Amino acid sequence: MAEFKKTSGLTDAVFHYCPGCTHGIVHRLVGEVMEELGILGKAVGVAPVGCAVMAYDYFNCDMIQAPHGRAPAVATGAKRANPANIVFTYQGDGDLAAIGTAETVHAATRGENITVIFINNAIYGMTGGQMAPTTLAGQVTQTTPYGRDVTRAGFPIRMSEMLATLDGVAYAERVTVVDVPNVRKAKAAIKKAFQAQLEGKGFSIVEVLSTCPTNWGLAPVEAVKWLKENMIPHYPLGCYQDRTEKGVF
Amino acid sequence: MAVNMLIAGFGGQGVLFMGKIVAYTGMIEEKEVSWLPSYGPEMRGGTANCSICIDDKPIGCPIVLNPETLIVMNRPSYDKFVNEVVPGGVMVYDSTLIDAECSRTDIRIHPIPATKMANDNGLHGLGNIIVLGQVLKATGFTSFEVLSQALEKCVPAKKAHLLEPNLQALRLGYEYTVE
Amino acid sequence: MGQKFLMKGNEAIAEAAIRNGCMHFFGYPITPQTEVSAYMSKVMPKIGGTFLQAESEIAAINMVLGAASCGVRAMTSSSSPGISLKSEGVSYIAGSDVPCVILNVMRGGPGLGGIQPSQADYWQATKALGHGDFQLIVLAPATVQEIVDLMGTAFDLADQYRMPALILADGMLGQMMEPVEFPEKKEAPAGAKDYATTGTQGKRKPNIINSLYLQAPVLEQTIRDRFARYEQVKQNEVRVEEYACDDAEIITVAYGATARVVKGAVDMARAEGIKAGLIRPITVWPFPTETIAKAAEKARGMLVVEMSMGQMVEDVRLAVNGRCGVSFFGRTGGVVPSPAEVLAEIKKLAGGTN
Repeated sequence: MAEFKKTSGLTDAVFHYCPGCTHGIVHRLVGEVMEELGILGKAVGVAPVGCAVMAYDYFNCDMIQAPHGRAPAVATGAKRANPANIVFTYQGDGDLAAIGTAETVHAATRGENITVIFINNAIYGMTGGQMAPTTLAGQVTQTTPYGRDVTRAGFPIRMSEMLATLDGVAYAERVTVVDVPNVRKAKAAIKKAFQAQLEGKGFSIVEVLSTCPTNWGLAPVEAVKWLKENMIPHYPLGCYQDRTEKGVF
Repeated sequence: MAVNMLIAGFGGQGVLFMGKIVAYTGMIEEKEVSWLPSYGPEMRGGTANCSICIDDKPIGCPIVLNPETLIVMNRPSYDKFVNEVVPGGVMVYDSTLIDAECSRTDIRIHPIPATKMANDNGLHGLGNIIVLGQVLKATGFTSFEVLSQALEKCVPAKKAHLLEPNLQALRLGYEYTVE
Repeated sequence: MGQKFLMKGNEAIAEAAIRNGCMHFFGYPITPQTEVSAYMSKVMPKIGGTFLQAESEIAAINMVLGAASCGVRAMTSSSSPGISLKSEGVSYIAGSDVPCVILNVMRGGPGLGGIQPSQADYWQATKALGHGDFQLIVLAPATVQEIVDLMGTAFDLADQYRMPALILADGMLGQMMEPVEFPEKKEAPAGAKDYATTGTQGKRKPNIINSLYLQAPVLEQTIRDRFARYEQVKQNEVRVEEYACDDAEIITVAYGATARVVKGAVDMARAEGIKAGLIRPITVWPFPTETIAKAAEKARGMLVVEMSMGQMVEDVRLAVNGRCGVSFFGRTGGVVPSPAEVLAEIKKLAGGTN
């Protein structure tokens, strides 16, 4: 039986994430995938602004810390400078789907050969629980104290579905990490996304539905239950685009 | 000789192109040269002008506000610049397009019906080059040979068939005598 | 060197960048600098370089951040409103100690302003092209040839001091054609960029390009270290032209295209027997403080001329520090001062008892 040990894809730095937050699981999956694909030596990660801002201390590869929302542009520059590198971004929902929407959409439509790991937890975590572009209708946050009123604050945005319509996207899948079977599926998706980049297929994105017990005001177990009952109905899991056979060009 | 020239007209009349040919004469003669367009937001139809300076010493201000040689290709430009020419200077204009009686006696004035001449000689659209030929005659700012060479440099390779008519237009303008 | 080309400033700067080893250009169209992008788009695909028209100025500068982090010579260009958009990225680049070159072909502002030449972004360029304590090396060419010559300087200094360098030009320089000679094409210097995120190849610890320091004393130290480097830049990299200054009683100070107009006015003044001279800062940061201070010792007065309401004049006054009077003449909004106007100002000073 295989020994359970820390992946070499992560450094020894201690995560600053809150108890019950699923960032840690996703970090581990990304680290394991990079280790298994043997790409740590040529990986360049791009950290966002948000809870994962210090991802540059956790992934055991070269890292660049980007301005808020600009990770796909920074990753574009890095990939164009050295196409032999494996370039990925790790971004939250505010970073990717609000302030950085243009960068995300255009990197995707250019078929930029990079991999995006997108953490959707329906809230701004780092700044203390404000409405995110992905906050659900009726969801209470610090800036939607009466629940998100879609007539004033608009509707929650489905990024995987939206990006799947673009010709440059080789792979877009939404997964979650709230239980073991889903963790396994998430890892398979992340691996497929990196594999697509290795083979030069185009833009790949894995959206991971994640929990934020602290800002949701729930215990970790309750947070998992809330995600399953509220987020998955609005953000159905599954593969939204797969051009990994032929590639986008 | 030093050149201090302003060429003005409508966008699309080849005003900037004329300026480029003049600038190239300075390049060929290995002098200091500047060519500065005045530009607007529109690509075509607006007023266009450009300043050309050629000198033996480095060009200071590249904007020609008071030209020694003024070339005008439309009435608005005539009205705008006629009084800016320095005394003793030269003005050349297309008299097919500009109907004017200039009262200035301190400058030399060379009207030439360039557009009509172009049409009469099957050189449609080359009125600007005809004017340029007359400018050479009026000022002697370079030699005919150098101006022809400069023209050759400015006609792009894929429009090489237009070189001959251009040279013809240049000669036509050069040989025209103002009455 | 050798062959002379008649070229627009914007095209010359693109060619000069390429000849100095810049193989990665990220742009966005804006008048009056769009020819830079057009030229790059024509040449880069043929030489295996990158030309990418970004979705915004913001994206373009961040692509520069990404590429420059990976150790290559990268560049972006824009004009005033677009440079404002880039300021966030510029601050990150400075805070991450990454070298790059940025071109600002200034136009009149504020807001959408106009599209004619201006020098109204001097403060932005030299004091605060973004949030936080940082500086850029700012080079201000006055001719198309100097644009070309300073391009190599910009990349070299950016690499040497690991900081962004800005070429501060204006619409006149960008749009005008002048004869220009180019240096031989050279590769970007290899190696030495041991900070670059090129992948560990399993041979070293990960490199991190970062500007985040949550411990205030640590952040303070990184800034102090950076400013120690800035001191070296100030010591070693000031570039300035002095024209007819030896016996000058009236010293004019102007940079960029404006300096050409002023030089013309100085010549006219000399022809009328007025002892006028010109100090032309070529680096506006670092600023030629000493040259100006020294000139102020013997000058009767100084006249600063800018295409703005008066920005560099403040640096001149700090340098002069009361040693002589400093007056200002400016045109703004895209209006270029004429030599005659400047001459009139010189005469005013020369006629006065100061």
